[in-house]
Amino acid sequence: MEEVKRVKELSYYPGCSLHGTAREYDESIRGVSELLDLRLYELEDWTCCGASSAHCTNEDLAIDLASRNLAIAERSGRDLLVPCVACYSRFKWAEKASHETPQKIHFPYHGKFPIRYVLDFFCEESMLEEIKKRISRPLKGLKVVCYYGCLTVRPPQITGIKEYENPQHMDRLMDLLGAEPIPWSYKTDCCGASLVMTRTDIVKKLSGKLLSMAKEAEAEGVVTGCPMCQANLDTRQEEVEKEVGNPVEIPIFYFTELMGLAMGIRIPKNGWDVISPIPLKSLAKRD
Amino acid sequence: MDQKSFLTEVMEVSGQNLQACYQCQKCSAGCPVAYAMDLLPNQILRHIQYGHREKVLGSKTIWICASCYTCSVRCPNDIDIARIMDSLREIALRSGIQPGEKEIPVFHSVFLDTIRSKGRIHELSLILQFKSKTKDFFKDAALGWKMYRKGKIKLFPSKFGGGKEIKEIFKGFEKREEAGSQS
Repeated sequence: MEEVKRVKELSYYPGCSLHGTAREYDESIRGVSELLDLRLYELEDWTCCGASSAHCTNEDLAIDLASRNLAIAERSGRDLLVPCVACYSRFKWAEKASHETPQKIHFPYHGKFPIRYVLDFFCEESMLEEIKKRISRPLKGLKVVCYYGCLTVRPPQITGIKEYENPQHMDRLMDLLGAEPIPWSYKTDCCGASLVMTRTDIVKKLSGKLLSMAKEAEAEGVVTGCPMCQANLDTRQEEVEKEVGNPVEIPIFYFTELMGLAMGIRIPKNGWDVISPIPLKSLAKRD
Repeated sequence: MDQKSFLTEVMEVSGQNLQACYQCQKCSAGCPVAYAMDLLPNQILRHIQYGHREKVLGSKTIWICASCYTCSVRCPNDIDIARIMDSLREIALRSGIQPGEKEIPVFHSVFLDTIRSKGRIHELSLILQFKSKTKDFFKDAALGWKMYRKGKIKLFPSKFGGGKEIKEIFKGFEKREEAGSQS
């Protein structure tokens, strides 16, 4: 008898950055999901979750903007997969508010179908097994540092991550892919986030520190699951280099891009980012 | 009229017990942006306890806070300081007090305007709108071009449904703001 292919279905909230600067995050998530027999349904009529500005302006507005999307997701009858950790954090805060102060909620959400952050989802034991089965080209020799940033782990009552000062799940995933995750002390330091538009100096200082430390750890790449971190680390390297006087050039990957590479998806000719990963020897040998 | 103390106001909006702070300064020690602040996070809490409303609401600190939550997870008394910073920004916007940082509140207001008109953040619209307010058109122009060539800049916003609900959400917000600034 032919084995029935089990396809898992999920609602998918790309969020605003994945339609723009984090396009390769979106493409790689869709790519690896297909290989893992996951079917993603983009949430119908989704709107912005409100990050980075609604929570700095008015709490109720922040909850309304997030919970509108949660209500749609619940109607879809599927778990909600969220790739951007800023969106994920806003959704989880809105979920908390919907339990604690239901009288204030304009778009009811009952938590029947959980909100799942893509990194946590792919790092679950059952998913790791599925990923392992599909690795066709292990990332042998690729030295990386895992950069979790803030909202993937903090605050733990929102993220559910117990090891929030020294998280390991992304490191385990990189290890599974055959890469070499290097321990470093800057896993959960802040990159400066949305201050990039207004106080670029702060982002350059914070991201500059992260880049310098990744270099010092002798990593060939930094891995992240946050569009804001990726953009801040990738796009400011030339300016940071001028300020610190040392070379900091290093490619910044989304973890799903490395999953894709290990599962046989190729790097586009032009690279994805301002700092292209193509010159990396351990990747160059692969084609 | 019976005036609420600033401390009570912040405790009510944030839901946090500020009285529990015993000035251990762990929040400020771990804050990645403390170096750019005019008042350290622990000083902010102290000034709130003293009722120094204008000093706190007019500070750079409340806008410089990057919401990284390092302070909140390390506070030995479980005070969610990042949450308090959100509440202070909220109260500051309503207060009419001149903000200590000029561009950051402008950025947030442009961000929300973009959601109101487009439902989603179209990054290019957001950037152009922000630049038209700050008149700094040349900053990052070269970087923008590089990113465009990598296919990272989407030229036009995508269509979206749900505009009616977004309008309702913002109407509700404005109504509450009006009521808030009158009381």
